[in-house]
Amino acid sequence: MTGLHLSVALNDAGWHPAAWRDPAARPGALFTAGYWTDLAAEAERGLLDFLTIEDSLGPQAPDDRADRVVGRLDAVLLAARLAPATSRIGLVPTAITTHTEPFHVSIGIASLDYASRGRAGLRPQVVGARLSDTAHFGRRTFPEFDKPWYSTPEGKTFSAELFAEAADFVEVVRRLWDSWEDDAEIRDAATGRFLDRDKLHYIDFQGAHFNVRGPSITPRPPQGQPLVTALAHDVVPYEFAARGADVVYVTPHSRADAVTIVAQVREAERTVGRVGEPLKVFADLVVFLDEAPGAASARKARLDDLDGAALTSDAEIFAGTPGDLADLLLDWRDAGLDGFRLRPGVLPSDLEGITRGLVPVLQGRGAFRTAYDAETLRGHLGLSRPANRYATA
Amino acid sequence: MPKQIHLAAHFPGVNNTTVWTDPRSASQIDFGSFVHLAETAERGKFDFFFLAEGLRLREMKGRIHDLDVAGRPESLTVLSALSAVTTRLGLAATVNSTFNEPYEVARRLATVDHLSGGRAAWNVVTSWDAFTGENFRRGGYLDEADRYARAAEFLHTARELWDSWADGDLPADPAAGEFARPGAGAFAHHGAQFGIAGRFNAPRPPQGHPVIIQAGDSYEGREFAAADADVIFSRHGTLEDGRAFYKDVKGRLARYGRRPADLKIMPAVTYVLGDTEEDAAERAAEIRRAQVSPQNAIAFLEGYWGRDLSAYDPDGPLPDIDPDLGDGVSQGRAQFRGDRAETVRRWRELAGERGLSIRELVIEATARQTFVGTARSVADRIDEFVQTDAADGFVFVPHLTPGGLDDLVEHVVPLLQEKGVFRADYTGPTLRDHLGLRPPAAGSARSEREAS
Repeated sequence: MTGLHLSVALNDAGWHPAAWRDPAARPGALFTAGYWTDLAAEAERGLLDFLTIEDSLGPQAPDDRADRVVGRLDAVLLAARLAPATSRIGLVPTAITTHTEPFHVSIGIASLDYASRGRAGLRPQVVGARLSDTAHFGRRTFPEFDKPWYSTPEGKTFSAELFAEAADFVEVVRRLWDSWEDDAEIRDAATGRFLDRDKLHYIDFQGAHFNVRGPSITPRPPQGQPLVTALAHDVVPYEFAARGADVVYVTPHSRADAVTIVAQVREAERTVGRVGEPLKVFADLVVFLDEAPGAASARKARLDDLDGAALTSDAEIFAGTPGDLADLLLDWRDAGLDGFRLRPGVLPSDLEGITRGLVPVLQGRGAFRTAYDAETLRGHLGLSRPANRYATA
Repeated sequence: MPKQIHLAAHFPGVNNTTVWTDPRSASQIDFGSFVHLAETAERGKFDFFFLAEGLRLREMKGRIHDLDVAGRPESLTVLSALSAVTTRLGLAATVNSTFNEPYEVARRLATVDHLSGGRAAWNVVTSWDAFTGENFRRGGYLDEADRYARAAEFLHTARELWDSWADGDLPADPAAGEFARPGAGAFAHHGAQFGIAGRFNAPRPPQGHPVIIQAGDSYEGREFAAADADVIFSRHGTLEDGRAFYKDVKGRLARYGRRPADLKIMPAVTYVLGDTEEDAAERAAEIRRAQVSPQNAIAFLEGYWGRDLSAYDPDGPLPDIDPDLGDGVSQGRAQFRGDRAETVRRWRELAGERGLSIRELVIEATARQTFVGTARSVADRIDEFVQTDAADGFVFVPHLTPGGLDDLVEHVVPLLQEKGVFRADYTGPTLRDHLGLRPPAAGSARSEREAS
């Protein structure tokens, strides 16, 4: 039986908007290194494949909600801080593709791959619903929508453009990673040459939003191509993932739903003509975990009361025991999923529910590793180090 | 108490003074090399560790320059990782103000400052060239005259963003149900370079503002530093030049309502130690030869001549043909700007007088070894520079990666400590503490907001 892949999505004090008010939370520590290194160490103790870190270029809560967490640290830099503090777990920060430079993001993730010795990933994200963040940059204007942008034809066209830009972004990032061949540095004292310039490549990308000449200033990272992952809820983003990602996070709400979504992902792969490894499909779930039956639901209900509304999410919300969650994951896995990205409702308690509750149950059923057997993030996922697209040999 | 010296370590990596042919020369990109130098600097109680930046590989004659060390990481990413393996050392990144946006840069610097507990610094640099711009969304569009205007407004905007959160804006009080104070992070900046508004999403950095570094020697650069920087780098490696620069720059501070102690002057310097003065001089000459390979000597002259000189013998006389003063052959490097005709005339004179070959001339013309001698004499010279106001301290640029400061920390730093001119240990947690800088005025943008 092939083992499940498990990752955890770290976000603020947890994924419940009132999580920071839970007695287990550490709201005063959210902007300290110690908070995050403790979480990463816990995730690594649980042998998880990787952790992801959310990010945004604007506040995550509406202006009138002083009762919610606002403020985030840059996810790439936060991941870099975690690299020397961990040794095996993959580190996958979010980068917003709509306002940042692909060149900077490419060298940032390559540098993370060096600092972590082959454990870096990237989760590119379009601004999505946070169109107002564009005023923080002031260099482009977006149309205004009186309804949620994804519910109108104009909004969908606009969104497709953002995903097209994101696809260009990922293409540039990946070309830059390959723009140095692995043996470009020769240190040949006889000829005085440090580099073999024939093994450095201009990428000459030209697109609707940017042109990038290259090559990178950073040599090819240890993994060759760090892992690219994307969250997707619809055909356009499935196709975006199929073009440029290694892993796609999807949000089924049942096993039957998972069957349908996996089929849509495979269809998207055919549509874009994906070659090579198929996408690894991970399902996202928000989780509240307690050993005592009913305790997790009660805990979630208390947070719902504090926030003034029941939690809603794009992903299925699970509140129950680690054993019940293990049943669900193994059942859904048979729909064609490779793994799961779990979003802890409250940190650190629901992360501990994963690492100390769920993981031992899965191990007991022979469905999850009992030790890391690879050194790199690609290795955890069974992905080989890819050939360089520019290498001729 | 005598005037206290400030010390910084420059990771050598990518430049033409790093000797990569030496058997001790290790990787310029492996994280272990960065850890080595950072740990050495922290063992030596240095103020900070410094990374330069170059956003496009240099080219000569339209092709990638292949003779020097190349290949470096993204500065802030490495510094954030280094904050995990150091506890007191300041962490300074060079970040370009042309190919970035204030919101993102302010946030990334705030992030490193939070994660390091107040040890971040930003060397604000500007670019104007379309060459580097080819790697970025906005391309190279900036008139050279606008460079400092954009840099200054960029920095002021970043400060407004850091000030948009006051120190007490983050109660994170579960009982009261108040995480952040209403309005925390609100900002609006409308200037000639940037028109941005909204909410900044990083709480105020531990240092208030990360330390600001400036490295320009021009009139505009000096004014920028006098108005806005906490540290200025320079290249004035002689006592006389150093004192003149020091006096000039410190003299500009009062106009901006600042005290002389508010801006630290730190020339970039090199050093060579030996058991005797003669031994050190001999080693220095060997290093100079290793830094200027025959191929590099030709490439260096090509930068000034603006034409292909590959047919010339590096051990022969200077080219007799005149320089081509057009666009030049070198891109991505600032040093070939300026009056090339005058430089070439001066070199011909020097080479003629002393009978120098091409390679010998380049070795002579690029000599930048500031302190050469025994540990004792180097310590004395360093101290003399600082006590006589030629500098407040130095940025040491080693010629070897990553062990190039090992002997400085082992042999020279203890002598400075004995003299009582350099700290025996860190006295505070933040880089501002190490540099003796006052905290910035708290949240001025915030107070305006509350008043309105």
